Amino acid sequence: MIKIEVDMNQCQHYGQCVFEAPDNFTLNDDDKLEYVAEAPDSERDNIEAAVDVCPMQAIRIVE
Amino acid sequence: MPEANPAAPVVIVGAAMGGLRAAESLRRSGYTGAIRVVGEELHAPYNRPPLSKEVLASDVTHEAVAFPSRAEMGDVEWMLGVRATAVDLAAHTLTTDDGSVQEWRALVIATGLRARRLDFAPIAGRHVVRSLDDAMALRAELTEGARVVVVGSGFLGCELSATARKLGCSVSIVTPSAEPMMRPLGDLVAKEMRRRLTDEGVEIFSGVNVAAITGETAVESVELSDGHVIEADVVIESVGSHCNIEWLEGTPLDLSDGVLADNAMRAVTTDGTVLDDVYVVGDIARFPNPMFDDVARRIEHWNIPTDTGKRAGAVLAAHLADDGSFADVVAKPFAPMPSFWSNQFEIKLQAYGLLGLVSDDDIRVLEGDLTDQAAVGYYRDDRLVGVLGIGMKAALLPYRKQIAQGGE
Repeated sequence: MIKIEVDMNQCQHYGQCVFEAPDNFTLNDDDKLEYVAEAPDSERDNIEAAVDVCPMQAIRIVE
Repeated sequence: MPEANPAAPVVIVGAAMGGLRAAESLRRSGYTGAIRVVGEELHAPYNRPPLSKEVLASDVTHEAVAFPSRAEMGDVEWMLGVRATAVDLAAHTLTTDDGSVQEWRALVIATGLRARRLDFAPIAGRHVVRSLDDAMALRAELTEGARVVVVGSGFLGCELSATARKLGCSVSIVTPSAEPMMRPLGDLVAKEMRRRLTDEGVEIFSGVNVAAITGETAVESVELSDGHVIEADVVIESVGSHCNIEWLEGTPLDLSDGVLADNAMRAVTTDGTVLDDVYVVGDIARFPNPMFDDVARRIEHWNIPTDTGKRAGAVLAAHLADDGSFADVVAKPFAPMPSFWSNQFEIKLQAYGLLGLVSDDDIRVLEGDLTDQAAVGYYRDDRLVGVLGIGMKAALLPYRKQIAQGGE
């Protein structure tokens, strides 16, 4: 299991992560980020890609 | 050409985001040999966009913008504070300004851009913002009541104007353009941006150049080409950039605008030869993106160093593995979606695609209202090639998909 943390003070809801890991990240109808804080290990590449593309660098994987 | 020494490291020149992503990608793609990253700045790789926005508005520190270091990067060698001065592609060597010459097994070119400067005498109070050190120096002078002149009205200049206003400075923008952000956004949107920036108290002098920056030891005023004089304490020059290619001069690489690469990010020489052991990533890379056409372009958007760095790392790792996978990896589709964002006051811009491909007649509002929130479409030959959100995000997603699928 991978644990994900998003610093919601940093997050500007750009939604770049949504394209990389759609199972974990979505933009709701109010343009706000919603995320699922756990992902199966098989999702690691996608989650890491989401971390990379965050313009605010607000996402991290808790090891 | 003589063979490269297989015991030599992969040398990545440029220790910013593109170089970092290339190194990470090499490791993730299974390359276990030596990697050395050579960078001119003393700081480990960091995220630049906050340097004109959030971080400039608060504390400018490396910690606030540093990229996290991944475990697999532990044995990557960082050679920082060292500038590449020459490269010999035939001998597989790199010369740096500390006088050393090092061998490389493969080379990744990631030296990016540097800020262009106005051609006036050096004087205190003149600034650019490209590096962390630049932002630190500027931050110290953005005190309440300071009179700031921003030269140039691209995204960077407009963001810096907004941040300076937020910090209590008076701000004037001087630009040769008719409207702020005219070139990247087009006339329709740029006119609206002018209205919003003006409403926030930014004074805009458009269609003019800087004729002189005057002052004894520090900036006192800026004289414009129409004779107007603006009193100033700080001048911020955001007038574009130069590619850091000087160290590559004398090589057969195509340096006509940045460094030419193919779609696998392999460097291409002036006679069209594709080099399997030299790669180009980031702002400096001019490469074809089949999402749009077969024209090689440089794209100065934030996502490009990451996308091209990952691509170069994967292709190079396959080349070095020599396990028969190379042709398949090269042939894998690579069509990164350009994306950018810009925050200025309460204006939140976000875009996908290549807005700059489009002429003013082919820009139209898709949803919403320009004076409030809107999605704006950029068309080329009736195909959607770009979409801009003004305060809209999720609404852009179907348009992003349309662009990725060829724009129809």
